[in-house]
Amino acid sequence: MIGHSSLYIMDIALLGMGLYAIIAKRHVIKKIIGVAIVEYAINLFLILIGYRMDGIAPIQAEGMTSAEFAKMAVDPLPQALVLTSIVIGLGTLALMASQAIKLYEKYKTFDMSEINRLRG
Amino acid sequence: MNHILPLIVAIPLGMAVVTLLLSKAAKRIADFTAFLTTAVCLVLSFVLLGTTKTAYWMGGWYPPFGITLVFDGLTAMLLLIINSVGFLATVYSLSYMEKYTAKPKYYALFLLMVAGMNGVVLTGDLFNMFVFLEIASIASYALVGFGVEHEELEASFKYLILGTVASTMMLLGVGLTYAMTGTVNMADASRMLMSMPATRTMAFAAGAFIMGFSLKSGLVPFHAWLPDAHPSAPAPISAMLSGVLIKALGVYAMARVIFDVLGAQPIYLNIMITLGAISMVVGGFLAIGQWDFKRMLAYSSISQIGYVVIALGLGTHLGFIAGLFHMFNHSSFKSLLFLSSGSIEHSTGTKNLRRLGGLGTKLPVTSSSTAVGALSISGIPPFNGFFSKMLIILACVQAQRWVLAALAAGVSVITLVYFLKAMRYSIFGELPKAQEKIKEVPFPMAFSLITLSVICLGIGIAFLVSPTFGDAILKPAADVLMDGLKNNASSYISTVLGG
Repeated sequence: MIGHSSLYIMDIALLGMGLYAIIAKRHVIKKIIGVAIVEYAINLFLILIGYRMDGIAPIQAEGMTSAEFAKMAVDPLPQALVLTSIVIGLGTLALMASQAIKLYEKYKTFDMSEINRLRG
Repeated sequence: MNHILPLIVAIPLGMAVVTLLLSKAAKRIADFTAFLTTAVCLVLSFVLLGTTKTAYWMGGWYPPFGITLVFDGLTAMLLLIINSVGFLATVYSLSYMEKYTAKPKYYALFLLMVAGMNGVVLTGDLFNMFVFLEIASIASYALVGFGVEHEELEASFKYLILGTVASTMMLLGVGLTYAMTGTVNMADASRMLMSMPATRTMAFAAGAFIMGFSLKSGLVPFHAWLPDAHPSAPAPISAMLSGVLIKALGVYAMARVIFDVLGAQPIYLNIMITLGAISMVVGGFLAIGQWDFKRMLAYSSISQIGYVVIALGLGTHLGFIAGLFHMFNHSSFKSLLFLSSGSIEHSTGTKNLRRLGGLGTKLPVTSSSTAVGALSISGIPPFNGFFSKMLIILACVQAQRWVLAALAAGVSVITLVYFLKAMRYSIFGELPKAQEKIKEVPFPMAFSLITLSVICLGIGIAFLVSPTFGDAILKPAADVLMDGLKNNASSYISTVLGG
């Protein structure tokens, strides 16, 4: 069984991979994928904060006292936050994709090193 | 009175949609609704100035369960800046945006941006702050690329990528704060964090927040997007971005989170001072070499935001007053300069200083407003920039940071140098042959330019007559930061949680 801390380490590694793609890759689409990976890493991080090994869904079943429920259920708040964050991520992803299309129409390339009219 | 608080976010948010819908009937309605909305927001932010600290519980949910809107001195000042520049930029857009085809869409995005910024400065909830920050940011990404030409798209894409990284870093900070305290309410989190010993998690959260907000405010070394994005946007948007957005989303958010939530430890303040000092110097030197007027202004924004961050990082009362005063002044003269550069571009068709010259005789309004802005930002008395820069240098001396005081004084000379260059090549000199038929800008644009010029000169003269003139606005704002520094934000916490 994987421990809690190794999950965090893997998540931070995912974040690092995303940042690497944003910084090092020159392809527009690969940069966009990098941004998406970063967003997912952060969302996963939020979920992990509220996660509990072998926990139950945060719905109080009949005959369960509040104390029992609080002991067993996972934390529902990060899940609500992540839901919002995913929707925002969808918005930025759509904007990025549409900009990539427009950039390709203008520059006829996806290579960021050739999209360089602004400098200085 | 606190029932106004949600309105100042809800009105622009709702009107953004209504503007788009109504413009299907007739395109001109968009002008009218946008003007009316920003005017109402401006009036509301003036009405709120008289209010003391108050909090509004959204939907009647008590904190820490519901979202709280908090109003205090710092928020009052930011609301005033956002909505006054927003109003003047809208008036300016009435004629400037004629050359773009999709004016109603422009206004809709503009109002969304204003709503997002108003939300960021009002909210008392960390995650809610992230959401409003994203509303304002996404609207601004789209607005930077509004021209859909080569340069605009490139700038917008870079801004979008780095802006998203900034937002996710902020979200990481929110997550870590939640992990430590189990709440996202800023006052509640603050109360718990202040009683905890400093841990590595807290330092990680602070690092994530500082990186995110530095990216948003364009501090060196996080500035790469700013000199591309700010000049490429339409002029009123450049004025909003440089004049307001980097302050509300960057400096304000950083100050609020550091002073009122995490607790201002000396190391955070030293990071702010270091980032500010580097930005101030690097931005200033890079601005000298620019020939694109708007690009020069963008680098100058980096440099001036450095001043603000240094003054806030000093952690003294005079430093807070000086920093906030400079933030206020910068929003007036930088938006004036960006609007002036837009007017120059509108009349002559270029923003390249090499192809300009002799505008003083042809464009009296535009060139005098450019001159007022340039003199204010370079710190020539009696314009407002002089007094805030003087206060910043005095605050550095008072805190016995001699090197910072010398740097601030030195960079103000550099500022003077590049603005003299800008004036020499635009207002004075020979009028190029190609531009003998240029005309002065139409009334709405001139109105914004003249109003902002009067504000720049008026604040300076009022300060000369009575140095306590700005205290009504600046003192409560500085007290908020002081409370965070000295009393573990106890007054902020009691405003939100009551009791």
